Amino acid sequence: MELSEFILNVEEQFMETDPGIIQGATEFRNLEEWSSLMALMIIAMVDEKYEVILTGDDIRNSQTIQDIFDKVQSKVNA
Amino acid sequence: MADFSIQNVSVKGISACVPKENFVNTKDVFPGMDSSEMQKIVTMTGIDKHHISPKEICTSDLCFHAAEKLIEKLTWQKEEIGIVIFVSQTPDYILPMTSAILQQRLGLLSSCMAFDMSIGCSGFVYGMSVISSLISSSKIKKGLLLVGDTITKFISKQDRSTFPLFGDAGTAIALEYNESAKEMVFSLSTDGVGHKAIIVNDGGQRSPFSEQSLMPQNYEGGIERNDAQLYLNGMDVFNFSITKAPSSFNQLMTYKETNIDAFDYFVFHQANKLMNETIRKKLKIDPSKYLYSLQKYGNTSSATIPLTLVSELQDELENKSLSLGLCGFGVGLSWGSMILPTDKIATLPVIEI
Repeated sequence: MELSEFILNVEEQFMETDPGIIQGATEFRNLEEWSSLMALMIIAMVDEKYEVILTGDDIRNSQTIQDIFDKVQSKVNA
Repeated sequence: MADFSIQNVSVKGISACVPKENFVNTKDVFPGMDSSEMQKIVTMTGIDKHHISPKEICTSDLCFHAAEKLIEKLTWQKEEIGIVIFVSQTPDYILPMTSAILQQRLGLLSSCMAFDMSIGCSGFVYGMSVISSLISSSKIKKGLLLVGDTITKFISKQDRSTFPLFGDAGTAIALEYNESAKEMVFSLSTDGVGHKAIIVNDGGQRSPFSEQSLMPQNYEGGIERNDAQLYLNGMDVFNFSITKAPSSFNQLMTYKETNIDAFDYFVFHQANKLMNETIRKKLKIDPSKYLYSLQKYGNTSSATIPLTLVSELQDELENKSLSLGLCGFGVGLSWGSMILPTDKIATLPVIEI
């Protein structure tokens, strides 16, 4: 799986954040549109597209989009 | 694995009652929330409005009205009713059990057995398994399962993680001993590891109610609530639900050696749209067979499944024979799925009081 594709999938969950703003190094909690709802949208997206389940702790312990990507990738490869 | 079938019991009727007062989810709900944020909550949850009970209406009142109207419609004689079970986490009192109050209020005989079951979102499925087992083995002729919650009484209006989601409702299901009934099939599970994921912390004996219980606490995202109010860990519950609900329903189908095409309709606990749609897609259920009443009533805890049946399927329940796939999941954590066969059952429109 590719980070660029993962970022596109994450971008789709946001309604008011312009394409290109979200990068691997983006600290997602600093995005203006971030909320606890967005976390659920991302868990649902990851479940649908990658068929793995992110836990609440996976999100809580992540700072950047790259951190979430790494967790998804390690679950996909497990 | 608690997988089993129950014979010789059929559902004869079903009814639901909600408080008249409803609350529309708009930006005015939370001070400081802009309209696009509220719109996002409505889009994600699928909940436009929810019915909230005033101070004087308890769960037992909603169940009482649902039961009275149903008994009348069925023209049942009250002395025929030998069992009443009240499934709820919002009883009238800590003790005595609310079922005794309802037995008296409904005018049932003292030879009627009555008890409460404290279960939430999976409560309808659990309650059905218990009352059906008892009727099947005891040959008690008729019974009432009363299921509902007024969970909004536990919710802080300053908690945007719960307030836009929940509503109140009480339901009644009439069951009868019937040797020609098709079997009901159940798969029930529990995982208490998650007992703190959905909790009202104070007011029981582990953490008794005190002055401290009423102290408002501030949490991330502008949330304010106290320890006598409902806490919901959204991420953990979401994660649990999208994992356990599909696997529970798959387990049920494996046990019964059936598949998703064998069902006419699916009614799953109405949690929120994002969660329910994720579960639906995982089970590959056709959207036209997967019913929602969320938009009108929100998440009414234990009442969601019977409320949705009444609200969305009244005509078909009354005029057809159906095979229904039901699944409840949530507080406990607890979850369960069932196959409910129905054959032209009495169904009333949703009652408002």
